[in-house]
Amino acid sequence: MFKSNDVIANDFVVKVANVNGTGSSSANSLLMKSIFHMGVPVIGKNYFPSNIQGLPTWYEIRVSKDGHVARSGRVDLMVAMNAQTYLQDRDEVSPGGYLLYDSSWPRDERLARDDITLLGVPLSRICNEAFTSARARILMKNITYVGVLSALLDIDRAVISDQLKRTFAGKEHLFDANMKAIQLGYDYAVEHFSCPLRFRVEPLDDTEDMMMIDGNTAAALGCVYAGATFGAWYPITPSTSLMDGFTKFCEKFREDQDSGKKNYCIVQAEDELAAIGMTIGAGWSGARAFTCTSGPGISLMSEFLGFGYYAEMPTVVFDVQRVGPSTGMPTRTQQSDILSCAFASHGDTRHVLLFPAYPEECFYFAIEAFDLAERLQTPVIVLSDLDIGMNDWPCPKLTWAPSYEPDRGKVLNQEELEHLEDFYRYVDSDGDGICFRTYPGVHPRGSFFTRGSGHNKYGGYTEDPTEYQQVLDRLVRKWDTAKQFVPEPLVQTRPGATAAIIAVGSSDGAVQEVLENADQPLNYMRIRAFPFSASVQKFIDDHERIFVVEQNRDAQLKTLLAIELNVDKRKLISVLHYDGFPIGSDHVLAGLNGLLKESVKV
Amino acid sequence: MSYISKPRVPYAGIKRNKLGFTVRDYEGGMSTLCAGCGHDSITAALVQAFFELEIPPHRVAKLSGIGCSSKTPAYFLDGAHGLNAVHGRMPAVATGANAANRDLYYVGVSGDGDSLSIGLGQFAHAIRRNVNMLYIIENNGVYGLTKGQFSASADVGSTPKKGDPNRNLPIDPVVFALGIGATFVARSFSGDKDQLIPILKGGLMHKGFALIDVISPCVTFNDHVGSTKSYAHTREHIQETVRSDFVPPAEAIEVDYQEGSATPVRLHDGSHIVLRKVAPEFNSDSRSETISYLEKHQANGEIVTGLLYLDKDADDLHKTFDTTDRPLSEIEFEELCPGEAGLEDVYRMYR
Repeated sequence: MFKSNDVIANDFVVKVANVNGTGSSSANSLLMKSIFHMGVPVIGKNYFPSNIQGLPTWYEIRVSKDGHVARSGRVDLMVAMNAQTYLQDRDEVSPGGYLLYDSSWPRDERLARDDITLLGVPLSRICNEAFTSARARILMKNITYVGVLSALLDIDRAVISDQLKRTFAGKEHLFDANMKAIQLGYDYAVEHFSCPLRFRVEPLDDTEDMMMIDGNTAAALGCVYAGATFGAWYPITPSTSLMDGFTKFCEKFREDQDSGKKNYCIVQAEDELAAIGMTIGAGWSGARAFTCTSGPGISLMSEFLGFGYYAEMPTVVFDVQRVGPSTGMPTRTQQSDILSCAFASHGDTRHVLLFPAYPEECFYFAIEAFDLAERLQTPVIVLSDLDIGMNDWPCPKLTWAPSYEPDRGKVLNQEELEHLEDFYRYVDSDGDGICFRTYPGVHPRGSFFTRGSGHNKYGGYTEDPTEYQQVLDRLVRKWDTAKQFVPEPLVQTRPGATAAIIAVGSSDGAVQEVLENADQPLNYMRIRAFPFSASVQKFIDDHERIFVVEQNRDAQLKTLLAIELNVDKRKLISVLHYDGFPIGSDHVLAGLNGLLKESVKV
Repeated sequence: MSYISKPRVPYAGIKRNKLGFTVRDYEGGMSTLCAGCGHDSITAALVQAFFELEIPPHRVAKLSGIGCSSKTPAYFLDGAHGLNAVHGRMPAVATGANAANRDLYYVGVSGDGDSLSIGLGQFAHAIRRNVNMLYIIENNGVYGLTKGQFSASADVGSTPKKGDPNRNLPIDPVVFALGIGATFVARSFSGDKDQLIPILKGGLMHKGFALIDVISPCVTFNDHVGSTKSYAHTREHIQETVRSDFVPPAEAIEVDYQEGSATPVRLHDGSHIVLRKVAPEFNSDSRSETISYLEKHQANGEIVTGLLYLDKDADDLHKTFDTTDRPLSEIEFEELCPGEAGLEDVYRMYR
């Protein structure tokens, strides 16, 4: 496709293969942030093991002037720091690409490849000579390859220096050591290679007003902005950093001004059952409360989610999805909790789901989730995933409308209760399926009994068929009401398109890139919530063939569409990805073009 | 069976507390438990305790799990908010509710199945966090609602109505709770209202997790000869260690509590629990001595009752987490949302 000497600026992939526990993540983040601060759109994806030290880990940086955020399937420059995975890493380099390796020791010629360029840098030797402590020698090896890359890729060392200054503010000796390693790497590269390579970074002005943030941090910030005061959780990858983020932001923003005490409470629960139980309890008491978890936690929370649905308790759950089934691969990503969340728990139970696609949406959807949960008086599950939650994404500066008021839903306050003749918890006085609720302790007239057992519209225990069914049918009315309130899907159209793509969440990045490159024009709808609003049905009606792109084996989104909507299943065609790495645009494109060809034959 | 309310017409001259409430105002719906069930006596004791403490019913949150015992919150304090959670998970809901609104009185009613089998983990962790609540285990040694299976509190050798005696070791909630650091631990008997009511009052006013294990015989499935949780067996083997009285804040400690015979313990709100030793060798100040006392006497088949251990000064959940003195649920949104300025900070942090 390209001649080997074509300059390719701001459109390439660097992948670093390393061993976990060696401090590589700070080097990789330094590399990515430096490119970002040169005004060039960039995204970094961390593929790490479920382990603390010694297993292979990779970090993939995609530099994309067009702002693409999915994996491209290419590797233009591999930094092969892990002997254990060397052969696999070498084979992954795209033809015409480069492989950087530690040439401190003599090596076998057969470890090369004809169609790529090998760049040997004696990283260990350089660091052993320059640094004395064993720890520094290991850590600085990683910083040294950043120095090498700064020459190879033409990354501004002044920008790198600024980044290091920020990181090591007040720790001059660490800053000096790091800059020394950068310089050593840079000098070696300039001396031994023709720098820069044809893949290179050229300054742009495209990241002004952007941040680099992960989805869990953004969601945590959303919880603070939504006014959540209570969080309960049980540690589980990849959701842990969400509660860590909430803790950090609360420490910053939520100290009581008079007393210095905390205007929040965060409880590390004994398990996920307790975490959601506490969340439901705090919501019942009138606080905005949430929990965060991943697939195994959803399994454990299911009974309480059913309770929340039937007893109508506002609750927010973040499910940062990872790879199942069972324990699966805890540090890899998937969209495989769609069905288990939609119908979590026994009996006729269903839940409102939100599907953010990137960190910015994690922030806004977190706030939306609290509003919806309280408006609809039901659990709302935000289905993020490891790719969104734990990777740093470019994110526009978040904005805040000072006019925002939390939607606490239909809650009777003390004065309203004072003037009310009678209060019954489950009477649908407005006909929208949503009843008035009260907080404990507010007024004697507001008291009622919340229960997961059969109850009538007055809140009393019942085993009467008519009374039971009345409440169950009213919940269907409420579900219909929910369709008006949940975020609408986003639709993109192209002239002449008869076929279309449907996707949710983090599959969006790959689809966006594919829309530009597919063999024929395609329309696209990104669904952002369940229940599906009327516009989802209409979009499906309007297209002859629809490719449903999702990251699980069993086509869970397609199944949910088929269950919920009036649709000929044959026109929904799956493009699936479920190996645990984030879906790449190359995968979607290949799958789609193949299917498009096939359908031409028919 | 549908929910039934009792008539509320007060008769002339009915006793009222300072709030103007009669004891009827602290009652709930008609019990649907079996006639003679120990749980109903505990319900009656709770009604009396709340009435005497003069707590407005709507300032109470009553929570339970699943089982016969967990039905009882519907039978007292109609004016309180109630929550009947899923099986064994009431402690978590109570913890969250308490975290969100620290100003209410929390009473959790559970059973030996709910707390010692399916819910043992949550029971233990609520103790660890010292959640400020009264926690009652209505302990009858059997699963009533599923018709008489042994629970985890059944003694070895206790016989069921049909079938073989129990062979599994029992979990004693009192010893268990003491072992993991509970701050208020008591045992009583549903048939001894005089002992039970002051303990309930003390537990409600204790700032922390107050466990009261109440032996509460199941008349239908566990009240026969051979059962160690029957009325007859309990009455025969009960051994009271300490008799406690509850004295509200405003009242002076009477002189008849002479030094040596009685020890008044001042609680955080200014009320007192006055402990009168019944068993001379019993020492309720020491956790370890209480445990060994219990083990020694229970090995002889005695059922040791009374307020067995009290640590009134331990930090409760809010003290531990250093939460604000106001209920979290009542903080205005403006105070919670960092607004545009906050997002500027965030932008600088993540640039």
